[in-house]
Amino acid sequence: MFGWEFPPHILGGLGTASYGLTQGMSQCGNMDITFVIPKPWGDEDRSFANIIGASQVPIAWRDVNRDYVEQRIGKLMDPDLYFRLRDHIYADFNYMRTNDLGCLEFSGRYPDNLLEEINNYSIMAGVVARTLDFDIIHAHDWLCYPAGIHAKQVTGKPLVIHVHATDYDRSRGNVNPTVFNIERDGMLHADHIITVSNLTRQTVIDKYGIDPAKVTTVHNAVVPLSQELLDVEVEKPKEKVVTFLGRITMQKGPEYFVEAAVKVLKNNDNVRFVMAGSGDMMEKMIDLAAARGIADRFHFPGFQKGKQVYEMLKASDVYIMPSVSEPFGISPLEAMQMGCPSIISKQSGCAEILNHVIKTDYWDIDAMADAINAIISYPALYNSLREEGLAEVAQITWDKAGQKVIDIYNKVLQNY
Amino acid sequence: MKAVSFNFEIHQPFRLKRYRFFDIGNDHYYYDDFLDDDIVTRIAQQSYIPAAETLLRMIEENKNFRCSIAITGVAIEQFEQYVPEFIDLLKKLADTGKVEFIATPYAHSLASLYDPEDFQIQVRVQCEKLKELFGVTPKVFRNTELIYNDDIAPQITAMGFKGCITEGAKHILGWKSPNYVYSAASSPKLKLLLKNDKLSDDIAFRFADTNWDAYPLTADKYMDWIAATPSEEQIINICLNLETFGAMMPASTGIFQFLEALPRMASERGIEFWTPTEVVSKLKPVDELSVLHTISCADEARDTSAWTGNQLQREALEKLYSAGERMAAITDRRLRQDWWYLQGSDNFYYMSTKHFADGSAHANFSPFESPYFAFTNYMNVLADFLVRVDAQIPKRASVEEYGSLLKIISNQEQEISELRRERDSMSRSLEQYNVEHKDKEEEAPAEAPAKKAPAKKAKKDEAEAAPKAKKAPRAKKAAKAE
Repeated sequence: MFGWEFPPHILGGLGTASYGLTQGMSQCGNMDITFVIPKPWGDEDRSFANIIGASQVPIAWRDVNRDYVEQRIGKLMDPDLYFRLRDHIYADFNYMRTNDLGCLEFSGRYPDNLLEEINNYSIMAGVVARTLDFDIIHAHDWLCYPAGIHAKQVTGKPLVIHVHATDYDRSRGNVNPTVFNIERDGMLHADHIITVSNLTRQTVIDKYGIDPAKVTTVHNAVVPLSQELLDVEVEKPKEKVVTFLGRITMQKGPEYFVEAAVKVLKNNDNVRFVMAGSGDMMEKMIDLAAARGIADRFHFPGFQKGKQVYEMLKASDVYIMPSVSEPFGISPLEAMQMGCPSIISKQSGCAEILNHVIKTDYWDIDAMADAINAIISYPALYNSLREEGLAEVAQITWDKAGQKVIDIYNKVLQNY
Repeated sequence: MKAVSFNFEIHQPFRLKRYRFFDIGNDHYYYDDFLDDDIVTRIAQQSYIPAAETLLRMIEENKNFRCSIAITGVAIEQFEQYVPEFIDLLKKLADTGKVEFIATPYAHSLASLYDPEDFQIQVRVQCEKLKELFGVTPKVFRNTELIYNDDIAPQITAMGFKGCITEGAKHILGWKSPNYVYSAASSPKLKLLLKNDKLSDDIAFRFADTNWDAYPLTADKYMDWIAATPSEEQIINICLNLETFGAMMPASTGIFQFLEALPRMASERGIEFWTPTEVVSKLKPVDELSVLHTISCADEARDTSAWTGNQLQREALEKLYSAGERMAAITDRRLRQDWWYLQGSDNFYYMSTKHFADGSAHANFSPFESPYFAFTNYMNVLADFLVRVDAQIPKRASVEEYGSLLKIISNQEQEISELRRERDSMSRSLEQYNVEHKDKEEEAPAEAPAKKAPAKKAKKDEAEAAPKAKKAPRAKKAAKAE
């Protein structure tokens, strides 16, 4: 598997989903999974998958001894594997900026030279593919498609790509042609495409012109939360709290949340709104809240990390995700796990599998305001959504998703 | 001797429009007239009208055919508004004398479970409506969705009904057969007619089911089944929603022809058609039936979980009926109307979350996307309704306090009317006195002027006395305040 993010060092939903899926597949048994990520930190959970860091894969020969490798990257990679990989270098990449071990540096984030990093990742993938023995290649999201294609061309093994998002979701339709091409290239080379929702599946079919028979939906799931997180203690504010949690970008529809808040506050003053996260539209949103005269009730606590996220959810009475286009959207499921009722837009992939949430169109601020008001005003609705939601989300597990992916593998291998 | 009793139910709710929370306090009209018009007209054209015409033909052609109809008051109101020609058809059916009209709660409500007093009023008003429109007085009762339990039975008896149609729920009957008349354990005078589930559902759900081993169902076959029941079992109650004919089972399935052929097939086998009243008067109960837990005709469980199964529904019902005590004292026409429309069981049916699990019929009938929307919308409407109730009778003024005020008012009214009566009798005696004295006057004209003066004075006194009587209580109040 090629992925870009892996917990605990994640920037968005991609890492969480890759992790959950890998774990779910390993639970279904009888499978060796190697997961390649750009930059491991050493604290990843390696119990169910063999993790290879791209920044430890040599692409240029360096004459180093075992002790040196052990001392340099022993925490991150078995030195034996390093030497095996070194034996499979396929071209002279000394002109690139390699380090003392012949490896490339990866940030593992989304830097400005992202395209260069994607290219490097693909070069590295050639070495990995030549070294390891495997049956199938699985590439997560567009950043890894070139690596997947490379691996497929080197080994002739089938490629499955996993579409967690498309550029149509990220850009509300104004796609970046470079990204679009990388995505489409991946889809064309893939033997099978897995999408995280029917919504994304349709985008792949309609916008990228892919044969529908090649595209299958496997909905994401959630990892059950640890007791420690479920028990986080927070002081509940006097007023009701409505929370938006996520990147404040065009894709997430933050302005609709602000407008809905205006409507709610006109009739109900026992409520506060929180827009947690950061993003390129944050300043605009602060301006908007001020212009609408609700800044005293509308708060921007900034980016939330780790435990803070769960504290925030625990303190909230309503979680809202008004995304304009959300391939899946794992955060409402997490909110439900914390017992927080959710309002989601119908344009979210997770709306396809959730029943015990309130679904509105992202643009329908009247419906959204109405739903917010109903949850904070009618305790029966709050309790019902909370309890039924907890029960529902407990059923959405990764092993089921993992089994579906394994079934797809078997089908692909059969026809290959 | 064997008989079939057909009972057709007709009901259409007033559907709520999309009502946002910012409408609370601003908009007091809650109904989606356009949707109601659309649905009621469509179903009437597809189903009610052709079905009623078929029944008329059946009655004309076969003198033995009889059936009964239970139509709710809210449905009648909608037909009056949107399809008055259907009311005319019902009148024709009533005029044949072969169709019995059954009493049912006016608003298709769950009042029998939550508000016995209002339940009584609804049944009474429904009977009045039937009397007014069709000139009939119902003798048998059928509760909303066949809801029944031991607590309801005495109320039905108290309202003067001899029989009650209810569900032949398997978990209540056990090994017993629904094809007998039973008496209510809690009110032995009340006879229970039990719906035959199997034979009713054969028509309502399975008629057009090609996977059913008895498909296609013909009138011939159907009457064979009825004839094949044990000979001691004398009465088979078939309860159907009239919509079954033409709407749930489209005309193309041949359901109307099936219906029309029933009387002939029955006569061939010596099976009669009885109205519920005939059943009640001809048959004696074979046993008592006790129903501790409420039964109904809904869903697989045959209990009330379709309307009261989840906490959303219970909350909505509780909030609604919390106004019951105050509503009993309110006479405002529009408020009373809303009070009944909001009681419609359909409102709560839409909130059921059961269909997530078993894909049952709930979602099909709901104008709402999800039970949560149904709840939100209903609660918003209810909030506005309660605000209006509060405006009439503040919640804080306890009902007792309010009751005592009402008592004072009615006492005063009594006092006033007594005083009036006194005045009237006094003026009458005065007139008599005058007449008597006129005779005397003729005898002794010299005395006349002296007598007339006091008579006038007496009248003047009375005139003053009347307003005084009215003023008196106010004076009392003033005294109290001091």
